[in-house]
Amino acid sequence: MTGGLGSIGIGPYLTVSAILLVLGVFGIFLNRKNVIIILMSIELILLSANLNFVAFSSALGDLSGQVFTLFVLTIAAAESAIGLAIVTVYFRNRGSIEVEDITMMKG
Amino acid sequence: MTQIVFYVFATVLVLSAGMVVSARNPVHSVLFLILAFFNAAGLFLIAGAEFLAMILVIVYVGAVAVLFLFVVMMLDVRFTRMREGLQRYAPFGAAVGGVLFAELALAFGHWRIAANIADVPHLVPAPGRTNTAALGDVLYTHYVFLFEACGVVLLVAMIGAIVLTLRERPMGRRQNIDRQHERTAAESVEMMALPLGRGVAELGGFRRPDKSYYVASVPGSYGVTAEAVPQAAPAGDDRKGGLGQ
Repeated sequence: MTGGLGSIGIGPYLTVSAILLVLGVFGIFLNRKNVIIILMSIELILLSANLNFVAFSSALGDLSGQVFTLFVLTIAAAESAIGLAIVTVYFRNRGSIEVEDITMMKG
Repeated sequence: MTQIVFYVFATVLVLSAGMVVSARNPVHSVLFLILAFFNAAGLFLIAGAEFLAMILVIVYVGAVAVLFLFVVMMLDVRFTRMREGLQRYAPFGAAVGGVLFAELALAFGHWRIAANIADVPHLVPAPGRTNTAALGDVLYTHYVFLFEACGVVLLVAMIGAIVLTLRERPMGRRQNIDRQHERTAAESVEMMALPLGRGVAELGGFRRPDKSYYVASVPGSYGVTAEAVPQAAPAGDDRKGGLGQ
């Protein structure tokens, strides 16, 4: 069941993807003050999801995984555009992008 | 050979992802993010997803990462203050990451693909089709509604980003259309009799009939408020115009 992956197999792909996911989560915790790095960590997490999709798609010989990778890429691009717009507006209003200060809307 | 290439790409990917979250300077973070995307595209290529690899390079490196770079360089952030909480949060983040990784390792260790997976219907690419063509076959038939929903999402994101960042500029130059249509040639153009060989500058310069110029613009345009127009016009002649007529 390692159809398109050749001699590599699916295990290494999943390992790399898991490491990427953990690094993304770690980055969110590490950079509590910088929204931009948090957005980049989210990009890393989505990239690890894409890597899983592509690995399984190739291993199973099923194209659905690659189609869904395409959708994930679309959503990730939209998300980062909106996120960066919010960061820009927030910086214009407050003069900082520290996440800990964003408590104006106390829910 | 493929394995060596895979492990090179994977190692560089993981190292650059680590640098993304731990670099001191956010500009370096973005550059390492670009490197990570390039290496992920390499992994996609090895897995046989050529189209997605190219999309990753073009869309992510070409658009998203450059957008990040723009924002990082545009915002005048003091990066030294950004690093203050690092030591405080590092153990907590490492603990969460370690637990997450241990759980993932446990899950992957006791997991395998079912033996009868071939019985499940698969979207198998037609033999002889390239990856891009096969992806197009699937995308425009099975997933056409999701594809259009993606278009809507992108449209909403585009409009949302524009609406969020658009700012009404006081220096914007807009016409008051009614006034503009009311203008006549007599109040818009100043006829000057010039002697031969002498220019306008020697006769005091060209002065715009301000009755027609500022009046035809929306108040606040050209950085001139409605009250400031009469002072801007030279005193002593009939060129007192402005909006107060």
